[in-house]
Amino acid sequence: MRLDIVIAGVGGQGTVLASRVLAQAAMEAGLPVRTSETIGMAQREGTVTSHVRIGEKGTPLYGALIPDEGADILLGFELAETVRSLHKVKKGGRVFANSARIVPVSVTAGRSVYDEKALLKYLYANVKCPIMIDAAEIALSAGNFKAANTVMLGALSTVPELPFSHERLLTSIIGMLPEKLRDINRQAFKLGREAVREVLENGS
Amino acid sequence: MTDKMLLMGNEAIARGAVEAGVQVATAYPGTPSSEVFSTLAHFAKEFNYYAEWSVNEKVALEVAAGAAYAGARSIVSMKQVGLNVAADPLMTLAYIGVKGGLVLVVADDPGPHSSQNEQDTRKFAQFAKLPVFDPATPQEAKDMTVAAFELSEKLGLPVILRPTTRTCHVCQDVTIGELGPRNKTGFEQNPSWVIFPSLAYRRHKWLNEQQEEARKIFEESPFNRLEIRSRKGIIASGVSYNYVREALEQLGLEVSLLKVGTPYPLPGKQVHELLNNVDKVLVVEEQEPVVEDQVIKMAWQNRVSTAISGKHDLVVDREGELNVDKIKAILTEYLADELNSAKECAVRETCEANADADGIPELPERAPILCAGCPHRASFYAFKKEARHYDAVFTGDIGCYTLGVMPPLSAVDTCLCMGASVTIAAGLSTVEKDRKHIAFLGDSTFFHTGLSGLINAVYNNANVAVVVLDNRTTAMTGHQPHPGLSMTATGINEKYIDIAEVARAIGVEFVKVVDPYDLTTARETAREVLTFNGPAVVVMKRECIAVVKQSTRCQVVAGKCTGCGSCVKELGCPALTFGDDQVIISATCTGCTLCAQVCPVGAIEEVVTCG
Repeated sequence: MRLDIVIAGVGGQGTVLASRVLAQAAMEAGLPVRTSETIGMAQREGTVTSHVRIGEKGTPLYGALIPDEGADILLGFELAETVRSLHKVKKGGRVFANSARIVPVSVTAGRSVYDEKALLKYLYANVKCPIMIDAAEIALSAGNFKAANTVMLGALSTVPELPFSHERLLTSIIGMLPEKLRDINRQAFKLGREAVREVLENGS
Repeated sequence: MTDKMLLMGNEAIARGAVEAGVQVATAYPGTPSSEVFSTLAHFAKEFNYYAEWSVNEKVALEVAAGAAYAGARSIVSMKQVGLNVAADPLMTLAYIGVKGGLVLVVADDPGPHSSQNEQDTRKFAQFAKLPVFDPATPQEAKDMTVAAFELSEKLGLPVILRPTTRTCHVCQDVTIGELGPRNKTGFEQNPSWVIFPSLAYRRHKWLNEQQEEARKIFEESPFNRLEIRSRKGIIASGVSYNYVREALEQLGLEVSLLKVGTPYPLPGKQVHELLNNVDKVLVVEEQEPVVEDQVIKMAWQNRVSTAISGKHDLVVDREGELNVDKIKAILTEYLADELNSAKECAVRETCEANADADGIPELPERAPILCAGCPHRASFYAFKKEARHYDAVFTGDIGCYTLGVMPPLSAVDTCLCMGASVTIAAGLSTVEKDRKHIAFLGDSTFFHTGLSGLINAVYNNANVAVVVLDNRTTAMTGHQPHPGLSMTATGINEKYIDIAEVARAIGVEFVKVVDPYDLTTARETAREVLTFNGPAVVVMKRECIAVVKQSTRCQVVAGKCTGCGSCVKELGCPALTFGDDQVIISATCTGCTLCAQVCPVGAIEEVVTCG
């Protein structure tokens, strides 16, 4: 089975690292893989998306860009960005969303709006059961707010369709980090997994 | 070591160069090309080759060409607009030729995502009469790099490899090859290296003949593939091929498909075979109709009447990037007869489903901006604040600081190309004597092409002020070193060039170095500059916050903030937001203290963090 994952967020949240670790894990599982990342100007607090396409052994993968309504999974690192990328998800696709908001300067300056209620309403109206967790808060409790991307990957690792184990994904994350950040990220990954379980048990 | 590595397209190109036995690598950074050279720099010691970040693209190409004159395999990388800077050596180097293989990696940016235009390097290759490869994937980019070195030596010509953003910044599991042998080097003196009108005429004839040689070699290239499947045909170049394949798969259609990996000179055999086997053909490529024009020419020369569609009949977009969705829409119309009614219904349904996304709430606008704590914000703020009493124009340049254009700073009135802040200001000053013209450019841009503009300003006594936003790195493209630092691409350098001293040495009478975080001094200096007559230089010196470790941050003193919001409204710092009755400083704060200095009631203080 081919698996297409879109990661949406804000420049600086670590979407590039997230797509790389997924690709690394896929490659180590012997699967063909493509990623496409936003590198350049948009990395300065702009809207960024990473596409990850994992193929099957022996079947070709073409471009790295996932078509609209083509993603099996949307991993949203920020609430408004999750909604902005919702059109990439196929019918019945899964959505993991960080409930934390990053309010852009355009909003604080009054040039645009961040209507949290409307965004949530739209999200719940258009996705059957989005998994919503506060990755920022969870990352902070793991030791560093910057580990929110690892929290989200932990959440993603609970998906049964992933063609590799959650242990393999964690190994791939840890392999890309310097020694001093490893424990925090192990914890962040674990808490991300637990957060999904809580949502599924108690509803979000 | 496994035979597969997860490589970004740019890393794959670097790997290809290493496999091809590269001996010299040069570059000037520019998105989406930068990682080609940063990867090469990283491995320079391990694989024992020379690597330098050059001061600009012209210099980079000339250094690489010199090495290739002596028989070394050389690679030079840049972004598409960088090739304009290197156009002077390129156009004549095509006449002179090379001995060792010389590969120019020129990354195009359809969209554009991080560029000032969408120029097509394949067109440039055609203009310079040089062969060009157009990779569709990182794997192909690596394989083409190796092939480009071989072709360069076979033809005695520089060869262009033109990836686009969606190859440069795409990662793939890439199959790694063996490292090849290295060229023996040695420069042989003879008159053929000296361009001269009479030689230029002879070499021009040779260069024209090489076009046919290149075409012949490309006839056998594995990077072009033809599949005859039906009476309808598609020709797709570079990444467009991926989108065509996927769109066809989605539509459940089979057509005759020619994949083009060598768009110039376009090999003819497969084109003819396709044209002779189909009723109509669609050429799909991003940017300019480079392949399409050649196909039309071939069809005309061979009196083939097959209908050719593409950009000229407005079927394929000429601006922006292509993707599967766009191609699917194009093919749905172009191949309407092929789609049976059931499939057509399915397509219509998806279109309707898309249209149903109407209920989407208004989304916050999230354009890129200067980072929290960026020293450029402090510099712009100081000059903007002082200039409010003057009729001043702020000319901008290429780099992170182009983002100074965003409100509330709104501190960039013009932006054209690398180094043009200084010269556009000088040009404006010739006709607007009563206005003050202030140019803002970065440290790396200063060395790239800003310096020649400054020399020109001094020479012609232009009344312009030049503010060098010296953040001690080439930030936008991923923090590369430049001549102002004691660091080269491959290590520590004893020598560095001091911008203020350069300014003094060339005769600038007003030269100051200021820390932008010291708002009082920065504003005082801005005031002086605004009333100074003649060329002036201010170096606003402070490291980019992305490369220094922060040990402080700011916080709001409990109960002191009146919620007036001046900090939020005047600075536009992403770490500052409004709370219920006071300002909130988020964890992304880097402790630059600009907000604390702007606060009218002293409600913000700097605190030491453990980090």
